[in-house]
Amino acid sequence: MASSAIVVEEHKNLWGGGVEPMKVSYGKLMMWFFLLSDAFTFSSLLVTYGLIRFSHMAYEGPYESFEFSAAHWPLPDFVFDGLPLLHGGHYPLVFVGIMTFILILSSVTMVLAVEAGQRNDRVAVEKWMLWTILGGLIFLSCQAWEWSHFISGKDGGIGANLSINQYGPPNFAALFFFITGFHGFHVFSGVVINFIIFYQATTGVLARRGTYEMVEKVGLYWHFVDLVWVFVFTFFYLI
Amino acid sequence: MEQENIDGNVIPADKAKIRKIWKVTAILGAITIAEFIIALGFPGAGGHFKTATFIIMTLVKAGYIVSEFMHLGHEAKSLIYSILLPCIFVLWLILALLLQGTAIFEALGF
Repeated sequence: MASSAIVVEEHKNLWGGGVEPMKVSYGKLMMWFFLLSDAFTFSSLLVTYGLIRFSHMAYEGPYESFEFSAAHWPLPDFVFDGLPLLHGGHYPLVFVGIMTFILILSSVTMVLAVEAGQRNDRVAVEKWMLWTILGGLIFLSCQAWEWSHFISGKDGGIGANLSINQYGPPNFAALFFFITGFHGFHVFSGVVINFIIFYQATTGVLARRGTYEMVEKVGLYWHFVDLVWVFVFTFFYLI
Repeated sequence: MEQENIDGNVIPADKAKIRKIWKVTAILGAITIAEFIIALGFPGAGGHFKTATFIIMTLVKAGYIVSEFMHLGHEAKSLIYSILLPCIFVLWLILALLLQGTAIFEALGF
């Protein structure tokens, strides 16, 4: 009858071109697919970390008498226990905890920027984008300190580079640099992209376009960066 | 010189939406704090229970970030599945490489 003919017509048009089958714009959909591919890349890196780590001896002695040695994988508590300006102290996981909170908060400010964009509230978009950029810059600074502290060494040790390090097997430092470096590169590019969109918001480019969807798209990238950090933090520092 | 108003109408904020955003933030913060308490309260390597707990908490955080912050939870079903179903391959990758890592460990004679 007439009604079933209409239903068939609609299905044909959903994938026939000229409409958005998944109800999102081309740009947003492509950002999602890019993030999926990037997720695969990071998953490969993290799972490889698992493979390499579990092919090494784990430290099995008592916690208090842990010493660095190339014979066993180090306990993260003893490698990452420094704080800026407080040399020689033992504050396990404090600094990385601060970094994690900062990145999660910058993700929240990004959500608020997207929400403001959906209401055409340019002033609020600018404000929240600025906070997000600031959070990203602080995270990068923290990561830079973490690297420099790691490289220069603890307690008079030789520090670390890609060939040898004082904390454990050579692969420990190599994997630390590679994975946190690759993630840090994503944070850096995210900050640059966020700044470009912030600039476009302030100069009215997005207002003239009539939509702040660009904020949403870069927001997806920024949340992805935060998401990866949540996993990196778990696998490097907690497990 | 008169500034042309290109901003259009600013819709006022929906309080419920903003509250929800901060609510999810609080949940993420609480899970992270719990992770720290477990990490520092039970120091020492390994422990299958500890490892599994961290992984589960991380997956819960990931779920909130993807479904609420990235809004995937409110998108069309076909988009949700396009993103989530390929991740099954990652699960396979995790299993395969953990098994391989153990095999290498044993082959090295430890």
